Amino acid sequence: MAKRKLNGSEIIIQCLIEAGVDTIFGYPGGAVLPIYDEIFKQNRLKHVLVRQEGGAVHMAEGYARSTGKLGVVLVTSGPGATNAVTGLADAFMDSIPVLCLTGQVPTHLIGNDAFQEADTTGITRPCTKHNYLIKDVKELERYLCEAIFVATSGRPGPVVIDLPKDVLIDETRFDGAREKLKIGHRSYKPRTKGDPKKIAEAVDLISKAKRPIFYCGGGVINSGVRASKRLCELVGITGAPITLTLMGLGAYPANDEKFLGMLGMHGTYEANLAMHGCDVMINIGARFDDRVTGLLSEFAPESKKIHVDIDPSSINKNVAVEIPIVGDCASVLGDMIKLWREKKPKQDKRALSAWWKQIAKWRARECLKYNQSNDVIKPQLALQRLYELTKKRDTYITTEVGQHQMWAAQFYKFNRPNRWMTSGGLGTMGYGFPAAIGVQIAHPRATVIDIAGEASFLMNMQELSTAIQYRLPVNIFILNNHYMGMVRQWQELLYSSRYSESYSESLPDFVKLAESYGATGLRALKPDDLDPVINEMLASDKLTIADIVIDETENCFPMIPSGASHNQMLLGPADEPEKTVSEEGMVLV
Amino acid sequence: MDNTEKHTIAVLVDNEAGVLARVIGLFSGRGYNIESLTVAEVDVQEGLSRICVVTSGTPMVIEQIKAQLDRLVPVHKISDLTAEGESVERELALIKVKGKGNKRVEALRIADIFRARAIDSTNNSFIFEISGKPDKIDAFINLMQPLGLNEITRTGVVAIARGPKGL
Ligand SMILES: Cc1ncc(C[n+]2csc(CCOP(=O)(O)OP(=O)(O)O)c2C)c(N)n1
Repeated sequence: MAKRKLNGSEIIIQCLIEAGVDTIFGYPGGAVLPIYDEIFKQNRLKHVLVRQEGGAVHMAEGYARSTGKLGVVLVTSGPGATNAVTGLADAFMDSIPVLCLTGQVPTHLIGNDAFQEADTTGITRPCTKHNYLIKDVKELERYLCEAIFVATSGRPGPVVIDLPKDVLIDETRFDGAREKLKIGHRSYKPRTKGDPKKIAEAVDLISKAKRPIFYCGGGVINSGVRASKRLCELVGITGAPITLTLMGLGAYPANDEKFLGMLGMHGTYEANLAMHGCDVMINIGARFDDRVTGLLSEFAPESKKIHVDIDPSSINKNVAVEIPIVGDCASVLGDMIKLWREKKPKQDKRALSAWWKQIAKWRARECLKYNQSNDVIKPQLALQRLYELTKKRDTYITTEVGQHQMWAAQFYKFNRPNRWMTSGGLGTMGYGFPAAIGVQIAHPRATVIDIAGEASFLMNMQELSTAIQYRLPVNIFILNNHYMGMVRQWQELLYSSRYSESYSESLPDFVKLAESYGATGLRALKPDDLDPVINEMLASDKLTIADIVIDETENCFPMIPSGASHNQMLLGPADEPEKTVSEEGMVLV
Repeated sequence: MDNTEKHTIAVLVDNEAGVLARVIGLFSGRGYNIESLTVAEVDVQEGLSRICVVTSGTPMVIEQIKAQLDRLVPVHKISDLTAEGESVERELALIKVKGKGNKRVEALRIADIFRARAIDSTNNSFIFEISGKPDKIDAFINLMQPLGLNEITRTGVVAIARGPKGL
């Protein structure tokens, strides 16, 4: 291609197209008008107009998590950029590859408190993997390519490129970004291959384990479908049980016998007790989050630990481990499987079968059992029915944050990766609905359901307009308990049921709300309504809000109160009075 | 925390906008200590700067600090000079002392012992330039206290590993 001169906006569009981007989620404003003009002039990049920039980032996250590809966002300077911050922080905590282009006042005005100026790189520095302020159009192409590499490689994350308006207008030579996209970065070089010596030690330790457990997380999902396949293979040949974090659900099939369910604060009894009692813990792509470990000093006290993570800073951060392995999950899992098959180690079959017997006893407690009712809908039942009626479809689930999120993690069975999108690290209410829009854009024919709480849905419901504009048949399955349920639950546990500001007052009529947008609105009031409502929701080819009016008093169990250890779980409401939360626990969140 | 250790860490970074803010933000955001921090460009052609940071924490925290620094995109290399063999450390300070008569003479005499140079002088003041290990500078400052110590500026520590091997 002959060398041509392009302006900054054209270069951005060209680079994105060459990098394989097909969709941008954005909102216009003065500082980015030149880019919007370029968007207008082409038809290879689809632009999705959101209704608030916060929604755009969550959409990009949903798009990215359901496809494994980069999610791209475009917002204007000042308020456009600041509105995007929550989403960036969310993507940072959950390691989601997002590229966010922000407009900026022209370079000569930076620092002058110009109209709609904000120090975007300053504000986003601690909540992005990296960010750039481009001061010269000549640097634009290089940094764009670099940013895409940084966002998508190693431990993925959000990257911001701040673009002063003059840079968007200035021209420079451009001859295709293809070569530059391959270069990578001069100082940032993530390690993907694990140390063979450590891998051999790990395989040896696993083979000698009497009470092993796999504890895996979002790193396996981020490492791609390959990693999940290999995880299944390794779990299969070692015969060890496996538990997944909230972020890891789907990395291993939930229907398999060896899966003990999710672990952590609202994890299953068997998963948490197996973690507590194990002698070898194999952590693949999880990060010993405080929601998972509970009281650190009591965490898996008798175990030797293996930790595989692509980010060296995740290793030995909260929990010291015996065998750290820095590398990509898929690569390390592949090496482990190969070595195991070569060595054909002899395992202590008797110890393993005793371990499984012990696990069976824990399982027999049926920790997810709940009181059935004929009059009110139990949220657990609603989710069980939702799973049963959608399991044969190609279904993607997103959630908001709260009790409904934990119930969804407990009761909806994920058998494949990339089907479960939830805000794990930041716990952002309002995430699920825009994320569902992003998922539906990427998978137009799939069934996409946002399992929501009524309070969370209100946080980003302006995006109804977006979903309607693009005719997206997203389903919003509201478990409506008229409370910020999770807040109410903590107030019951810790504050003698003083329900300070946790009632969802003045809610809209969700059926009429849907109808006002020309969408489908449905309501279930009794357990018998559930199946018809879910079936109608699935049959509808329009956006549907299903208002599932549930038991207002139901709480989410099992639960490990803050500051307690894995073997101090509360299994149900009856458990509460005897066990109190320690003072140290009270200060924890 | 009793097992707190003091470590001097050298960090080679791209000399790009915001890189120092990134490093400092990392320390403040994650609650790590900075006892001293110095930075300057060391390779103009390659655009590389070297940061020298003195910090303290438990061995696990020190390991975290290094891993977190390494995670920053513009960071090329990290070296824990305290953990990786011997190193030499130097700091430079300019110290203003005000006084007359005997005190003035005494200040000069002590400066001589510490090999501090007077780089400015008026009828009733000196500015001393002193370089050396931080504790030597501390000692000098302590001695100047009763002699009219008026103002101090210190560069912070720069350090480099002994022997032929480079960073
Ligand atoms: C943006 C934001 N603000 C506040 C919180 C704190 N918070 C966590 S759960 C919750 C209540 C959620 O209520 P709802 O969406 O109705 O879900 P439920 O717990 O009732 O299922 C709140 C306020 C949060 N996670 N995110």
